[in-house]
Amino acid sequence: MSTVLPDQLGHFGRFGGRFMPEALIAPLDELTQAWQSAMADPGFTGEFDRMLREWAGVPSLLYDATRLSEVAGARILLKREDLNHTGAHKVRNALGQALLTKRMGKPRVIAETGAGQHGVATATACAYLDLECVVYMGEVDTQRQALNVARMKLLGAEVVPVTSGSRTLKDAINEALRDWVASVDKTHYLLGTAAGAHPFPAMVRDFVRGIGDEARAQSLELLGKLPDAAVAAVGGGSNAIGLFAAFVPDEEVKLYGIEPGGDGFETGRHAATISAGQIGVLHGARSYLLQDEDGQTIESHSISAGLDYPGVGPEHSWLAETKRAAYRPVSDADAMEAFKLLSRTEGIIPAIESAHAVAGALEIAKELGPDATILVNLSGRGDKDMDTASTWFHLIDAPEAGRE
Amino acid sequence: MSEVVALGKAGAAIRKANAAGRAGLVGYLPAGYPSYEGGIDAIKALVDGGCDVLEIGLPYSDPVMDGPAIQRAAEAALAGGFRVRDVLRTVEAITAYADVPVLVMTYWNPIERYGVDRWAADFAGAGGAGLITPDLIPDEGAEWAAAADKNELDKVFLVSPSSTDERIRMTTAACRGFVYATAVMGVTGVREAASDLAAPLVARTKATTGLPVGVGIGVSNADQAAALATFTDAVIVGSALVKQLLDGNGPAGVRSLTESLAEGVRREPSAAAGR
Repeated sequence: MSTVLPDQLGHFGRFGGRFMPEALIAPLDELTQAWQSAMADPGFTGEFDRMLREWAGVPSLLYDATRLSEVAGARILLKREDLNHTGAHKVRNALGQALLTKRMGKPRVIAETGAGQHGVATATACAYLDLECVVYMGEVDTQRQALNVARMKLLGAEVVPVTSGSRTLKDAINEALRDWVASVDKTHYLLGTAAGAHPFPAMVRDFVRGIGDEARAQSLELLGKLPDAAVAAVGGGSNAIGLFAAFVPDEEVKLYGIEPGGDGFETGRHAATISAGQIGVLHGARSYLLQDEDGQTIESHSISAGLDYPGVGPEHSWLAETKRAAYRPVSDADAMEAFKLLSRTEGIIPAIESAHAVAGALEIAKELGPDATILVNLSGRGDKDMDTASTWFHLIDAPEAGRE
Repeated sequence: MSEVVALGKAGAAIRKANAAGRAGLVGYLPAGYPSYEGGIDAIKALVDGGCDVLEIGLPYSDPVMDGPAIQRAAEAALAGGFRVRDVLRTVEAITAYADVPVLVMTYWNPIERYGVDRWAADFAGAGGAGLITPDLIPDEGAEWAAAADKNELDKVFLVSPSSTDERIRMTTAACRGFVYATAVMGVTGVREAASDLAAPLVARTKATTGLPVGVGIGVSNADQAAALATFTDAVIVGSALVKQLLDGNGPAGVRSLTESLAEGVRREPSAAAGR
């Protein structure tokens, strides 16, 4: 189960590392040490497992999606992370890091959030573990996601609207880092994805890798063998690395990361970081990123707020470069078609993030043929996306418009 | 004897000030603000006001170490169409204007994107003295170190109150020019109260190196500069100067504040003078 990467300084090949102010290096070293000692302590991992089981509803089901499979032309298995407490895989990471925060004796947690899912998961874990919680959220996103702001507040978190830069997720990360450098003595930065400076990419991976570990065992039980492919959506990349980690050593299992293709990859209005193929440094690590010819970060575009980020976790860049995993974009339009298809074939309304993975699986099914079994990470549920879906399919103003 | 080399251009200028019985004054302004030409005029005002070393900020889309003043100026510069090549032109204009070492303070990605070797060569060609790299630590800096050494450029890395003694030793060993001590835990910005973290950090840093140590701590007036000058080799001022421009006081405001700060660093006998 152990993964040899990253190296001691957090490098996955030439990716990852620490491009951070010196002020945060010693705290990152302390965090690395605390995390490694916690993961080696059965008292910690046992408590984490117990809380996941009793409180978060983990392990999630592996579901044989027979009606979707008929349409897809291959057997599709869905890892039902949408059934977890708070409705997505993110609770695993939030709970793991919150528990680590307690262990480090820090009373305060800060987090960034885009659509609000990680913010809600963090606020939830902080309420459960009695930690002070401050969530930075782009001002634009606080307006688009007012309901999630209300959730976080109900859970006792403070939500700080960020008005700098593009006022979206990347600026929320910038603001959280600015807070952290001034508060690191008493504060843990509970980063929401497997990106950022070492140890975050590896630490977040290890807190969410239960997704793949469970799915691997569940596949063996259900099929008597491993699936032919594992598919997940990639924004920052936490749900995908959580699925992939268990399968990386199984070379017969193809790994596919589905990137948000926005208006269409060819339009340039997308968030398909790896597919666009430029390497740089953002938010503490070297990885693929969307940038202009001067190295200024370009704003990303995706219908899915959870995938709308111009960077990606460094381990994905490494998996792409070594060709262990393949990354490809799926457009907003194709993701929304998959959103509707899954809703109508299986009665499961997915998060739009996860709908990208389903859309990718439909393509991959055609390529691999009818004998293939494809494992898809259904990373979250779609309740949060009903406004977007209502607009996209004209469900409220013109109820017939979205019908076939 | 290796220290002669490690002093570089910026370190030599600071030591010259120290030899005159005072701390050096390092002034920061971003390139491209309020405009390309306006930025050059403002930086010239730093020279005219008495800075010993200049720091020119390279506007970047994600300045995680900067507080509101520098963020606002950088955002405005980028919105005004500022390009990385404009920094090189700015450096060229300033080094033609005065014989003062010009450092560029930059987040790492624009340099990596430009190409580290190509940047070092072009920047040295423009007369630049070196880089201050707030998000590049020596652990990740091998490529930059090689390019800088090849082009005889200063490498100014940062130390912080949270740095362990071991990290401070490693960092100062990697520096050429001077060592930048960020003496508060927090982003850039003007601060009213002096930090009690500065003096111990300077002492810990000096224990590892003969290089000059400059302190950036949110200084905004002559009194603060004078107080800092009693225990450090150079006083670094940024946000307060940027605020002169944000407040519409233009190059005249920059020059007037710089003159006042220059008076401040001359007010008390500097601890560095004895070196």
